[in-house]
Formats: sequence, structure tokens, C-alpha cells
Amino acid sequence: MDWGSILSNTAQSLFSPATMAFALAALGLAVHFGFAGLLNMGIAGFMAVGAYGYAISILTFGFPWWGAALVGIGASIILAILMGVPTLRLRGDYLAIVTIAGAEILRLLFLTTANQEITGSADGLFGYHASFRAANPFPEGTYGFGPWTYNEVEFWVLILGLILLGLAVLFVWRLINSPWGRVIKGIREDEDAVRALGKNVFSYKMQALIIGGVIAAIGGIVYALPSAVNPNVYVTSLTFFVWTALLLGGAATVFGPLLGAVIFWVLQAFLSNVLPALVSSGIMPFVSSAQAATLRFVLVGVGLVLLVVFRPQGILGDKREMTFVK
Amino acid sequence: MELVNTLKSNLGERLPRWMVLSLITALAFFLAIGPAATALADEVGEDYDFKISGNVKNEGEPLQGVVITVEGDGYSAEVVSGADGKWKVGVPERAIYTVTLDQNTLPEGIAVLEGGDTQQVEIGPGGSVVKNFFIGEGERQTTSILDQFTARLIYGLNFGLMLALASIGLSLVYGTTGISNFAHAELVTFGALVAMVFGVILEWPMWVAIILAVAASAGIGWVQDAGLWAPLRRRGLGLVQLMIVSIGLSLAVRYIFQFAVGGGTMQLPGSGAAKIPLFGAVALSTIDLASMAISIVVIVAFGIWLTFSRIGKATRAISDNASLAAASGIDVDRVIRIVWILASMLAGLAGILWAYFRPGIKWDMGEKILLLMFAAVVLGGLGTAFGALIGAIIVGVLVETSAMVIPSDLKYVGALSLLIIILLVRPQGLLGKKERIG
Repeated sequence: MDWGSILSNTAQSLFSPATMAFALAALGLAVHFGFAGLLNMGIAGFMAVGAYGYAISILTFGFPWWGAALVGIGASIILAILMGVPTLRLRGDYLAIVTIAGAEILRLLFLTTANQEITGSADGLFGYHASFRAANPFPEGTYGFGPWTYNEVEFWVLILGLILLGLAVLFVWRLINSPWGRVIKGIREDEDAVRALGKNVFSYKMQALIIGGVIAAIGGIVYALPSAVNPNVYVTSLTFFVWTALLLGGAATVFGPLLGAVIFWVLQAFLSNVLPALVSSGIMPFVSSAQAATLRFVLVGVGLVLLVVFRPQGILGDKREMTFVK
Repeated sequence: MELVNTLKSNLGERLPRWMVLSLITALAFFLAIGPAATALADEVGEDYDFKISGNVKNEGEPLQGVVITVEGDGYSAEVVSGADGKWKVGVPERAIYTVTLDQNTLPEGIAVLEGGDTQQVEIGPGGSVVKNFFIGEGERQTTSILDQFTARLIYGLNFGLMLALASIGLSLVYGTTGISNFAHAELVTFGALVAMVFGVILEWPMWVAIILAVAASAGIGWVQDAGLWAPLRRRGLGLVQLMIVSIGLSLAVRYIFQFAVGGGTMQLPGSGAAKIPLFGAVALSTIDLASMAISIVVIVAFGIWLTFSRIGKATRAISDNASLAAASGIDVDRVIRIVWILASMLAGLAGILWAYFRPGIKWDMGEKILLLMFAAVVLGGLGTAFGALIGAIIVGVLVETSAMVIPSDLKYVGALSLLIIILLVRPQGLLGKKERIG
């Protein structure tokens, strides 16, 4: 067992693009579910439009990377409106089923061979990095130390991701502690009471759906920045993993999504390194290394069940803020 | 207007105008403003490990621009033969696939002479297979639109009946307990996996394997309620919590399946059996016919049970109003236990039929139709068993017939869009009561 490389790989995942993308997506979901009480099960769809909007704008239309990112964000706003109009007047579980179906429709449209030329079908999209790399302010070289050593491109992704994440957290924190945030939480607790106060509940819910959707789309863009866009990433399991990260940290908190995403990915990285190592060193007999890799997803599922039953407020949350518990 | 034009030119007029709705409008906006004409490639799915390839030639002359569709195992792709007549499709699984040559794209007077334009292939031991159609001058045996539609209708009915078996349980569980059970998909997979263990690994006769699989499903239903859902009910968990619990359970169980059987596709004995032409363009294998017969018998028996038996009546009473039912002396917990057992049995049986329909058994096969089940249940009216039956048949027929006008890898999109549209115009579903939606 090479504990050195296992721990180093685990430490690396602390600042991986996937972790930052998950943190952003979970933060968006916190606005949806934690604060506004909207049961959005289509968060993968929001990440997908962000990522595809970004990649398609560059590859098909030749946009600069920042323009492409704006297109991704714009796409998520339109998706939020399209999903919200039919469903925000419906009860929670209906919203869940519609959003999950909406995200799946999107994925199928990205996957179909009819749109091959634009979306790359099953192969996805890649090779859209030129503009983003040209904008890199960091000169060539290596940055960081220990397990966190990056080349200039990785470092640029890391810094940009951290800045976006920091801005998003600050934005959500200010927002939730504003009058707007109090109305949103009021809707979560008792929609009718807020309506009786003369507030337009539908409009507030829609605003929350858009804001959370935009943050999730930024997560999708950060996910796409360093590598490629693949339709097999944006499956319903991705939605469930983001939910797990959110509930782990605490749904109705600002820093919970961040903490949840970090724990989720650090644990995933640790298990994906340690389980095959256990197999190859003969500590886990009768198990192949491919089987060992699936075990971590079993643990995600079991963890999600235990979390929701025994600590639905998550690590940072306050049980009084969890209307969904009752 | 410009948008519609670009859309048409890009998607090769395969998307009819009514599809240009809600989500699709937006997507078209993002996807379709591309370069003028889109030509399909002669090679797709390069990332996949398994390959199906072929060479379209007429008397040694390569034919370009012939459209080939590969379908199976929940995957589908379309290629166009290149200038050298060659085409290649990457597929995700070592499974049985249906290859269709679109005869309308052949030159005038040329037709597929043997075996028809739709043929089945199985990926060989080397991970690839070559499928060449025997083409030559001759009378094209084209099927009229009506015949094609009838054939699709029958396939859709078969699929819909199978889907109904799976959906009725989902709907009853929702009606009696309020849980939107995402783990229902895993009950479907479970039935097929148990049938595989007895029918393939132990090589017992298939009818014994099916009975054992359904019995094992009943056991899982009992275990699930006794071990998980009943304690959670006593704990007083909220509905959203229960839904998320079912999601966690679904993830855990699905990956346990993958742990146990791996990521590949396995076949039940007799799967991919020859299709017998019946009438028109309708050709069904004996397994298709048996599957339809089993579905109909089970659904009718279940309907009679639900309508006339004491427990069936109690089930419907609980779906209507659980507290009132409890107050009138119905043992709610016992009825819910029975509902879980029956729902699991129906789902397990549906899983076996689904394994034959796809064809193939895979660790995530249930999840592939989970959203269609939800679409069926919502369409019929959440919590109503007969609604789920009607909803499932509509969804099944829609999925199969819509593939005539939209690309076949988008055929689930129609059903999922229907799910969203029905919530817009009639959220209580076809047979639901209005007060169900809050």
C-alpha cells in the first residue's frame, strides 16, 4: 500500500475543479432547496447548459471564453424560466419529477446523433481551450507546493474557480441576510402566510430558481474549463451526488454546500485510491478492483439514507430551519 | 421564422413543428444556430469499445449517403455511409443490436434483397461485428406508413403493458404511503437479475426461474417495508425526507448490483428469438407474444383483486384518505405491507419482461425506464392504479410511434415532454382527483 500517493491524491482533490464545480452547484441548490424550499432534482441540467453553452459558443460561434461563459449563464436563466413556469405552482414532489425529467430531456438532446455536429453526441465536446488559455495572466511555470503543485493552466483554473466560488458565497450570504432572503425563507416555511402579506410568491420563487440556476451553471462552466464536456457526466446520478454534498454540509446554510462538496470529493478521492489498493495488496479478497471502485458509490447511497434519517440538517445546519423534516 | 428555418435545415426535418415546444424551443436556440447544413458522419460513437460496421455496395459499387440506424440495449445511433460505402458505429455493450437500413436513401430501383431492411446482430468475441446488407436491383419491399405505424403501435402496446406492470406498483405505493419511490427502478432490475441467476447461471427452466424471481421480489418487498419503510413511518419522517431516502437507497442498491454482476450486459435464454411475421409489417417473436399475454393476465387479475377483494378495497380507501381509513378500522400498516409486496412482485415481473424487450440484463436497466414510469404514473394520476395502466400504455405507444418522426435516440423525449405538458394542463392526471395537488 502506497500511502504516500493515496494521501497526496486525496489532498489534491481538495482544490480540484470537480470540487469547486460541486461546491457551486450545491450552493445553487442551497438557494433552491435550502432557502426557498424548491425541490429541484434537475441540478445536473443547469450544470449541463452552463457547460454546453460555454463549449458550443466557443466551438460553433467562435466566442471569446468570457463571452461563452456569459452565454452559459444566459442559457441557465432561460432553463430556469422554462422549468419554473409550469412547475412553481405545483407541490414539491411534482416539481422534483418535472425537473428531473427536464434535465433528462436536455441530456438526450445533447446526446442525440441528430445534433452531432453541434453537441458532439456521445463523444461530447473538447478542444475549446485556446481562448481561455490565451487569457491566462500567469506565466509558464509551476505553482504551489507538495500535492498542490500546478502548471500555469491548472493554476489559472484554480484561481478563477476560487474567485468565482468566493464571489458566489459572498453573494448568497448577502442575499440571504437581506429582506429578499427573509421573504424567500418565509415562503419555505409557509407560502400562504407570505402571500397574505401581499408578496408575489410565484415571482420570488422564480427569482430564487434563476439565481440558484445561474450559480449551478457557473459550476458547470468551472467543471468544463480544464477538460471536456461529456453527456455521460450530466446524468441524474450527478444531481443525486450534488444533493448528497448539499445535505451533508447543511441545506439551509451558506457554507454547508462548500463543506459538503469538499468532504464528498475528498472522501471519493480517498476511497477511489484506497479501495483498489486494498484489493491489490490482498486485504480485500474475493473482490476485483473494478468492484472495489463501485463500493464508494454504494457508500454514497447508504450515507445519503443515514444522513436524511438521522441528521437531515447536515453538519452545519440548524434543525429548526428544516421545514422538509416535517 | 429564421429560427424555424435553421432548425429545419439542421435537424433534417426530422423534428416536426409541434415538438418545437417549451424546452425544445430554447434548446433549438442554443443548438441550432450552427453552420448551415449538418451531415451525419460515417462513423459515430468512436469512444465506445464495441463496433458494428458495414459496407454498402451494389455490384461492387460503393453507395454513399445510405442511412443506417443501430438500436438496442437502450442505445441508438444513426450513421450515413461514406464515399467508400463504409459505415461504423461504436456501441456501449456486448449485446444484441438491431440494424436498420433506410431503403428510402438507396438509389432508385435498388433494394435490400434478403433478410429485410431490419436485421439483428450480436457483437462477436472480438468486440466487433460486420453487418452487410445484400443489396441489388429489385422490387423494393417498402412498408407503407400505415403498416409501419401499426407495427410501431403493437410494439408500443407491448412496451406499454410491460411498463404498466412496473408503474402500477409505483403508483400504489405513492397512493398509500406518499413516497415517490425512486428505488422502484431497482426492484425492476432485481427481478431480472434473480431470473438470470436461476435461468442462466443455474440453467433451470425459465418458467421456474420466473416464478422464483417473482417470489424473491415479494420477499424483497416484505423486507423493504419491514426493515426500512415501516420504521421510518413510525419515526414520522416527512415526505421529502422519504423521497431522498429512496434516492439514497436507489443509488446504494444500483451499485450493489453493479458490484455483483459487473457493468456488462447479459441475455436471458431465448432472448433475441426470431420474429414471426404476423400481418402487415408486424413481426413478433413468441417471447413478445408471451410477454403481452402475461402482462394482460396479471394486470386483469390485479385489477379484479383491487376492485373486489377486501384488501384491494382497503388499499383504495387508504389511497383516498389514510386517516379516515384507519378510523374505520382498516389496519393501515398491514395493507401497506401488502402493497409493498405486490408492488415489488409486479416490478420484478416487469423487469424480466423488460430484459426480453430491450433485450439484455444490466445493472442499471431499471433506471433507464424510471422516468417513463413516473411519466406514466403522473399522466394517469398519481396514486391511482388504473390511471397508471392507462398512462403506461399511452407512454409506451407514444415512445414507439414517435420514433417514426423523430430520431430514435430521442424517442423518450416525447414521453418526458408529455409528462411536463400534462402537469401544465391537467396536473391531477387523467384519472386523478383535483384535490391531490396542493
